Amino acid sequence: MTSAVELRGLEKRFGKTGIIRGVNLDVRPSERHAVIGPNGAGKSTLFNLISGRLVPSAGSIHLRGENITGLRPYEINRRGLSRSFQVTNIFPRLSVWENVRCAVLWSMGYKYSFWRNVDKLDDVRERTQQILEQINLIDRRQLPAGVLTYAEQRALEIGVTIAGGADIILLDEPTAGMSRSEAEHAVSLIRRISEGRTLIIIEHDMGVVFDLADRISVLVYGQIIATDQPAKIKANPMVQQAYLGATAA
Amino acid sequence: MSGPTTTMLPSANRTSIGARIRSYSLWIGAGIVLLILPVVFPSGTAHTTMCLMAIMIVFALSYNLLLGQTGMLSFGHAVYYGMAAFVTAHAMNWVVRNGAPIPLPLIPLVGGLAGLFFGIVFGSVSTKRGGTAFAMISLGLAELVASSSLVLRSFFGGDEGISTNRTKLLTMFGWDFGPQIQVYYLIAAWCLLCMILMYAITRTPLGRMCNAVRENPERVEFVGYNPQTVRFIAFSFAGLFAGIAGSLAAINFELATSGDVGIGRSGVVLLAAYIGGVGFFVGPILGAILVTLLSLRLSDVSEIWQLYFGLLFIGMIIFSPGGLSGLLMRHAPLWRGPLGIRLAGFGKLLLSYLIALIPALVMIAGAVLLVEMVHHVAQKTAEGPTMHFLRQNAWTIDTRSYTPWIAGIVMTIGGFYLFRMTWPIIERAWNDAAAQTRRGAV
Repeated sequence: MTSAVELRGLEKRFGKTGIIRGVNLDVRPSERHAVIGPNGAGKSTLFNLISGRLVPSAGSIHLRGENITGLRPYEINRRGLSRSFQVTNIFPRLSVWENVRCAVLWSMGYKYSFWRNVDKLDDVRERTQQILEQINLIDRRQLPAGVLTYAEQRALEIGVTIAGGADIILLDEPTAGMSRSEAEHAVSLIRRISEGRTLIIIEHDMGVVFDLADRISVLVYGQIIATDQPAKIKANPMVQQAYLGATAA
Repeated sequence: MSGPTTTMLPSANRTSIGARIRSYSLWIGAGIVLLILPVVFPSGTAHTTMCLMAIMIVFALSYNLLLGQTGMLSFGHAVYYGMAAFVTAHAMNWVVRNGAPIPLPLIPLVGGLAGLFFGIVFGSVSTKRGGTAFAMISLGLAELVASSSLVLRSFFGGDEGISTNRTKLLTMFGWDFGPQIQVYYLIAAWCLLCMILMYAITRTPLGRMCNAVRENPERVEFVGYNPQTVRFIAFSFAGLFAGIAGSLAAINFELATSGDVGIGRSGVVLLAAYIGGVGFFVGPILGAILVTLLSLRLSDVSEIWQLYFGLLFIGMIIFSPGGLSGLLMRHAPLWRGPLGIRLAGFGKLLLSYLIALIPALVMIAGAVLLVEMVHHVAQKTAEGPTMHFLRQNAWTIDTRSYTPWIAGIVMTIGGFYLFRMTWPIIERAWNDAAAQTRRGAV
């Protein structure tokens, strides 16, 4: 079976400093895959490489068997991979509705169309509405995104990420900074939206990780030291020493 | 935080018949206004002024496709306006020479295509980057074209420019476009068409993505769009409409000069868009009208009108970054609830504005008096100490006497002091109106 995402010998150096130092990873289709690791391990950099925000120094990235190394973010997005950001990255002065609609347009085939009235595109309107209902922001649709609460903005970030219908979703710390109940809410949302899709998620909350993930990869100093099912990761002495032990201490 | 939305209509999903009729009726209303304006203001000067306004409206709106819609600050938008003006003048001369059966009303199409062509050519270079890099490249291109206009005499015609004659083209229905009123209707029709088209563009998928690029170009890449392409298409459209504006100007003046491609012209359109407000579609329209009026009227009254113009620009940026339209739209939230409450709240607010206006005018008058006297003493020693102020002979002021200087200082400082005292009155009236609106809404 072809991997949804396949990383081979992936490296990223800034000057002489290696941030990602030879990562190999196979993410299976339709699995929920968590990436954990201590601060500065390179988790966000790994996401930036996969999504095209950064160009790798060495190695390759394949998406469902297709080599996407060095492609621009929009080219990768058009191939069905979409990501969210650790720091909320939306269109703050556009309405909530506009935010989601902008993320819908390309996948619906409207591209750079300048001859159609966007308000009259029924398929776009239905899809936008559906996404907003899914992320529970339909009542807030008229507001500028910048005035939403933090948790609402995080939900919108997820909405913008899934709106284009990508079947490979990368979420970078979606519950960071949320209260307990907000995080629970977010996790159930993530569970719903990742149904039947491939999900790669960076998460610090171990409760969330062990609850949600089918498999977990542990990234330490730019290298993956283990990839396995949650129970086996918990039991892995190397992981305990390098990561879980370190945080417990 | 509540930033401006992009258009005058709320951007949510509404395709109700009521909304559609309302948006059409707006354009029909605009058409009727354009139609009857020359009847309301029948003088020749008024017709000339209105022609310049309509040209400036198209030019400023085309500029706002870049600045307001896509977040691209261009210092060289006159390149597309001016190049189209020259192409138009040459095209008209060619039509006249060859007796081609092309009537004048179709000529702006030629200008539009010329603007589009140069927009595509220069845009393919300059829109690779956004932000500061784009602004710098636009300035470089503007300098390049402005300096070639002094060298390439056969195309730009040197100091005299390229003149043409709009009455020598194919006449239809007895209109030879000699009288200014006929030219006005030609320009007004193109102005209305361009306004509708440019508004329509803001409501398309491309137009929405322009706003997204303005807000956050990086995020755009992660929803499947290439921000470079969005910028490039927006730039090409801006070139097209600037070209139509330049073409209308060439028809209006029967002349294209190097000033049309110059940095000054690029500056004026930036001012017009900014003073009107780039956050709303109507902003540049208001700005174009105001800037045209000021540059015509102020230059009649004062030699140093550009100084006042600059002060207005600075004042606008400091006190109302949203421009005129931003200032007006700030009142929109108060305009809710039952009509009686609206009118009561607005009445009080307007009254407080009037109260503030009186000392403000005194302050401005005092400052103007001082500035004009300084200008007279410093620049016009040859004319002697007597200054003629306002329409040559209305006022005569002896600059050697202390009285006008003291009066100027007292008016400026005293006016400011009193003006400052009216601010709490405005604030109270505003809060009252807002509170009433809230009560009305409950």
